[in-house]
Amino acid sequence: MNWITNYVRPKINSLFSRRETPDNLWTKCPECGTMLFHRELADNQNVCTSCDHHMAISPRERFTALFDGGIFTEVKVPEPIVDPLHFRDQKKYPDRLKAAQKASGEREAMLVAEGEIARTPIVAVAQDFSFMAGSMGMFVGNAMVAAAQAAVKHKRPLVVFTAAGGARMQEGILSLMQMPRTTVAVQMVREAGLPYVTVLTHPTTGGVTASYAMLGDIQMAEPNALICFAGPRVIEQTIREKLPEGFQRAEYLLDHGMLDRVTHRKELKDELVTILRMLTGQPPAIKGELTAPATK
Amino acid sequence: MNYLEFEKPLAEIEGKAEELRALARANPSMDVAKEAEGLDRKAETMLKDLYKALNPWQKCQVARHQDRPHCKDYIEGLFTEFTPLAGDRNFADDHAIMGGLARFNDQAVVVMGQEKGHDTKTRIERNFGMARPEGYRKAIRLMEMADRFRLPVVTLVDTPGAYPGKGAEERGQAEAIARATEKSLMLGVPVISVVIGEGGSGGAVALATANRIAMLEHSIYSVISPEGCASILWKDSDKMREAAEALRLTAQDLQKLGVIDRIVKEPLGGAQRGRKETIEAVGKAIEAMLKELSGKKPEALIKDRREKFLDMGVKGLAA
Ligand SMILES: [Zn+2]
Repeated sequence: MNWITNYVRPKINSLFSRRETPDNLWTKCPECGTMLFHRELADNQNVCTSCDHHMAISPRERFTALFDGGIFTEVKVPEPIVDPLHFRDQKKYPDRLKAAQKASGEREAMLVAEGEIARTPIVAVAQDFSFMAGSMGMFVGNAMVAAAQAAVKHKRPLVVFTAAGGARMQEGILSLMQMPRTTVAVQMVREAGLPYVTVLTHPTTGGVTASYAMLGDIQMAEPNALICFAGPRVIEQTIREKLPEGFQRAEYLLDHGMLDRVTHRKELKDELVTILRMLTGQPPAIKGELTAPATK
Repeated sequence: MNYLEFEKPLAEIEGKAEELRALARANPSMDVAKEAEGLDRKAETMLKDLYKALNPWQKCQVARHQDRPHCKDYIEGLFTEFTPLAGDRNFADDHAIMGGLARFNDQAVVVMGQEKGHDTKTRIERNFGMARPEGYRKAIRLMEMADRFRLPVVTLVDTPGAYPGKGAEERGQAEAIARATEKSLMLGVPVISVVIGEGGSGGAVALATANRIAMLEHSIYSVISPEGCASILWKDSDKMREAAEALRLTAQDLQKLGVIDRIVKEPLGGAQRGRKETIEAVGKAIEAMLKELSGKKPEALIKDRREKFLDMGVKGLAA
C-alpha cells in the first residue's frame, strides 16, 4: 500500500542528482494535503507538521529517534525456513519476499534492538508495515522469541511497536501458529517480572492484534491508528451497514477500554521512559535530549 | 442425504436406485432387486473413488458439511452428566461456544467447543459457530475453573472464525482471543483439542492451544478461508480451489508440518455418512490423548505445551 505519495519537482530534480539532495523530494500529507519536505518530515518522525497526521515510519528510523543518540544494537533473529509450504499464488512466495527485501533493504518485517532510552536499558521490537504488510510469519515469531530471550537475559523491559495486516498467508497454518508462539514469548518476559509494553501503530490488525499486541502490561497507541481484529471492510460486508466515523481507531479503542493511552509519536519516548522507570523501580529520568551512552 | 457439488454423479446413481425401489414397492410384481443392487455397488465404488483422494477444496466442503456431527453431538455421544455452564460474568452468554462440566469415562472434565447449529433456527442461535468476545471470555472462565479443580480440558474446534461484527470489535474480540490463547498456555492440567470440522483462524487457535491436537481425516485448519485468501492474493474469490491447495490446510498436511499429533479416520464418504462411527472414533482419540498425559505434573504439562508451540515454525514441508 502507498501511504506516502512521492512528488518530485521535475526542474530541481533534473539539476541535482537524487542522492545529493534528498530534500528536493516532497511528500504530500494524505490527510491535509500539505506538501512537506522529506527532511522536514524526517526530522518530525514522519508526522505531518501541519495536521499531526502520523505517517508510516520504518523500524530503523523509529529506533534512531527512540534510542539515546540514535544508538542501538540489533538483536540477531534466527533465520526461519524460507517458504515452508512452497506457496505460490500469482507469484511465488520467495519472489514476493525478495521484492520486499529489495524495496525495504531489510531482511524481514520486524527489527529487534537493544539500547537505552533516557539511560533506561530496554529491548525494543518494531514491525514494518511496508514489508509485506508487516505480516506475521515465522520470522516475526522468531523475532518476538529472540526479543523476549534478550529481555530476560539482560533483565530489560520489552517494548513492541506493532504494525501489521495480520498473518503471513503464504506461510499458512505455520503463520497462525505464531499466535500462541509469540504469546509464549510474552509469558517469558512476564514471568521474569519485566514490563511488557505495546505501542500499537497504524495499522495493527488480525492475528497480531489477537496475540502479542493485546497482551501488554500497558497498551499504548499512536493517534488515529487503525486497530482491529476483523478489518472494517470485512465487517461492513458481514453486517451490511456503514461503520461510524472513527470506528476501530485508537481513540475509539481508548474510549472502549482497550488501551491505556493514545500518545503522539513525539511524546512516546518520554512516556515510555516515565512508565518503564516506575515499573522497574528506578528514579525519575533526566528529561531532554540525551547523547549516546558513554561506551564502557 | 445432502450431496456436495463433487458428489453429484453419486447422487444420480443413488437417486436411481431409490427410484427403482420405490417403483418395486408400488408394483410388487416387478423384480428390480438385482438392478438396484447393481446400482448400489456402483455407488459404493464411486464413493470410494471420490473419497480416496479428496483434493483440498473438496475437503473444505466435507469439513463444512451440514450433516457432519457438531460439537453438541460429540458432547451428547461421548460425555455423561454434561452440565452446561453459561456466561462470561461480564456481558452475555455466547451460544456460539458451548461448554461445561461433564464426565468422560467417568472422569470429570471441562468440555467446550464451537457449535454451528443444525437448522436455520439453531444456526442463527449459535451464530454459525462464530464466537464473540463473550464466548472466548466464557472459555477463559471455564479453563480457570478446570485448572483450579484439576480437571482436564477437552475442546472441540469447529468454526469459520471469530465473528467479524461491530459489537464484537467494540468489546475487544482481539483481546479476548489473545487472552484465551494465553490462558490455555498457563493451565496446569491436560488440554486436548480435536478439530472436528473447520478450524478457522484465530477464532480456532483460541480453543486449540493444547498439549495434544487431533484432527478428523477430512477436517481443515487454516490461517484464512480459501475464499478469503483467493480474494486477497488472487484478487478473485473464485480461485478458492487454488487457494485451498496452496494453504496446506488438510489434516494430512498439518501432520506433516508437525502442527497436529494425530488424525482420526472418518468412515467411507465422510463423517456425515457415519455419524455414530465418527463420534466413537473421536472418543477413542480423546481417551488415548488423555491417557498420554495422565499422571503428568502441572509444571510438566505447561512446559510440554509451551515447547510444542515454541517449536512451531521450525519445520516445513520437505523440499
Ligand atoms: Zn497533514
